[in-house]
Amino acid sequence: MSLPVQHLWLIPALPLAAAAVGALTPRSGRTLAAGAAIATMAGAFLLACLALGGALDFPAAHQVLNFAWFDLGATSLRLGLLLDPLTAFMCVMVTFVSLLIFIFSTGYMKADANAKQFFCFLSLFAAAMLGLIIANSLLLLFVCWELVGLASYLLIGFWFHKPAAAAAAKKAFITTRIGDLGFLLGLLWLQDAQGTLLFYDGGHGILESAALANLTHLLPCGLAASTAIGLLIFCGAIGKSGQFPLHVWLPDAMEGPTPVSALIHAATMVAAGVFLIARVYPLMAADQLLANVPVHALTVVAFIGAITALMGALIAVAQNDIKRILAFSTVSQLGYMMLAIGVGSWVAAIFHLLTHAFFKALLFLGAGSVIHAAHHEQDIRRLGGLRPKMKVTFATFAIGMMALSGVPFLFSGFWSKEAILHAAHGWEVSSLPFYAAVLGVVLTAFYMTRLVAEVFYGAPRSDEASHAHENSPAMTVPLVILAACSILFSLLAWPSPWLQHQLDPSAHSESGDMSLVLPSIVLVALGLGAGWAYYGRRPRTKAESPDPLDRYAPGLMAALANRLGFDELYAATVGRLSSGFATLAAFLEVFVWDGAVRFLAGLGELSGLVSRENDEAGFNAGFDAGSKTLRDTGVAYSKAQTGDAHGYLRTLALGFVLLLILVILGGAR
Amino acid sequence: MSPLQLCLILSSLLFCVGLVGALARSNTILVLLGIELMLNAANLNFIAFWRYGPHPAAGTGVIFVLFTIAVAAAEAAVGIALVIAVHRHRKSVRLQEAASLKG
Repeated sequence: MSLPVQHLWLIPALPLAAAAVGALTPRSGRTLAAGAAIATMAGAFLLACLALGGALDFPAAHQVLNFAWFDLGATSLRLGLLLDPLTAFMCVMVTFVSLLIFIFSTGYMKADANAKQFFCFLSLFAAAMLGLIIANSLLLLFVCWELVGLASYLLIGFWFHKPAAAAAAKKAFITTRIGDLGFLLGLLWLQDAQGTLLFYDGGHGILESAALANLTHLLPCGLAASTAIGLLIFCGAIGKSGQFPLHVWLPDAMEGPTPVSALIHAATMVAAGVFLIARVYPLMAADQLLANVPVHALTVVAFIGAITALMGALIAVAQNDIKRILAFSTVSQLGYMMLAIGVGSWVAAIFHLLTHAFFKALLFLGAGSVIHAAHHEQDIRRLGGLRPKMKVTFATFAIGMMALSGVPFLFSGFWSKEAILHAAHGWEVSSLPFYAAVLGVVLTAFYMTRLVAEVFYGAPRSDEASHAHENSPAMTVPLVILAACSILFSLLAWPSPWLQHQLDPSAHSESGDMSLVLPSIVLVALGLGAGWAYYGRRPRTKAESPDPLDRYAPGLMAALANRLGFDELYAATVGRLSSGFATLAAFLEVFVWDGAVRFLAGLGELSGLVSRENDEAGFNAGFDAGSKTLRDTGVAYSKAQTGDAHGYLRTLALGFVLLLILVILGGAR
Repeated sequence: MSPLQLCLILSSLLFCVGLVGALARSNTILVLLGIELMLNAANLNFIAFWRYGPHPAAGTGVIFVLFTIAVAAAEAAVGIALVIAVHRHRKSVRLQEAASLKG
């Protein structure tokens, strides 16, 4: 039994319906909203599993359903749905992780008065992401992409009464919009060049070889057309997936409720960028065979990914907020994924995306569990000693931490990271990204050890931490399930690379090449050992005591704690530039345009004054004089009306006599 | 003097009596009486000119006078009704006091 592509639209439609239910219920209907969200997501998960079954029957085929949206003159704008293993795996992952996060949210948002709206937004978020995944058209993908951005804005700013949350929501929205501008330009260029935005359309789609051959010509600047379009689309992914230099919104997005962070970092928002680049990989790779171009699109992707991976890991070492450490860890891991795509192995990137989704959701929900228990204390210096109090959270968090660090063999993160390192090692263009990735592995193990040691070991260093206790099953059960998945996913790659083979049957199998396993184990052990040596052996005793690393390189640590000053840099350059423009515009508005408008208004006023004078002194005076004469005449004549009937009769008689005399005289004459 | 001239003199005298009554009395009813006298002087002239005119057989003068009497009766009815209305309003029929339309 499998889900045919004709019914694929049901997967995003179900959570969308839940969002509608959430939007239409009154505020008291939180149980209904949460129930609808969870039930539809469970349904979507089952459908996604069916779709996966259907996709795996024909792993090499792209099953599509294309339809015309509307006609523009002679051309017809067509959208479509696509079912292939990439879509199906992503759908299963997104629905499953979202489902667990929704369940967790019922516990986490128990005390929030606005919870029904929260579930409405969560459903919308998941629906948009699912729509993005099943799209067979870059346009449909872009529409859902923007919906994801909208939902993330609503959710990051969910506690909008906090100024920091409102600012973070705005920052996330605007920063990703910068990247989206590039995406949109690339999309328009592609539409102009190819006349269609469908990915696969029986040989005419933009990702099929016939169309890609159109884009190999060189532009005046020396780049191939496909390189330019690919890089523009990559701009969108840079914004959405928090890549250097647009990563600044991702850590700030921690102001949202923790389930939102989990959703953004694991299943929906940031995965979209990696998914996009993996989806359009044939386009990105179209210029690989051209020798006389200055740069290949994938080379840029690889270097951006490597920079992001190393930078995120470095900054994570010096952060003190539990969620910020995880946020920078996400930045770093997304860098790994981009690196994998850049060096030509999008399969490894998607593998890492899937495993990362599970253990990062686990880590964030674990962090949420800690924060919920410790009354919203997020500073790891003020936590501590939670291991005996929160056994389930500790055990699952430790599993997530080991998966993220890449502890060998048992944990899924090891295998996906291994695939990426292997791909980077085999890249012919440069070995720098490989070394950046290797250094990142050590740092990842180090900062995750630091995080676990600070939060769970030692003694509680604040009242909140000492009064913490384990949370309700609604919050712990998802943790256990995610932890189990983090381990079980090893089976996807070991003993044979099953997932990689399913995603890309044409790729030659690289199983059995274990040359990098040993160095990798050494690196992870190095990171874990160093972390334990600095933070685990002698746990900090007071919240105020300095970090051990501060003693060795205080300047570097301060810079890292300050996130390498990217926010300040942007505030000083982009921010100042735009506020300068705003000031200029305000000046022009107040003095130039407003002045012109005031001048015209003054002219109008003056002419009004003049014509009023004319009116009063000329026309009005003439009419006044005329009517005064008329009135005076009336007054004079009315004197004749004496009201005396005898008078009238006398006048009448006198007149009659006079007439008589006239007649007689006239008759006599 | 011919009969016609005598009749005309009589009617002139009658007219003058009516005119003086209409102009000199202050009682509205008496003014109306004066006006009736003047009308009847005119009627007398009609009869006289018919009786001594060129076609005494035609009967036109009598018919004319009959019409005049009918119209005068109607006029008298309206006039008396007006006088009664004014009296109700002002408790007086003095003509000098009904001067509220003075300009």
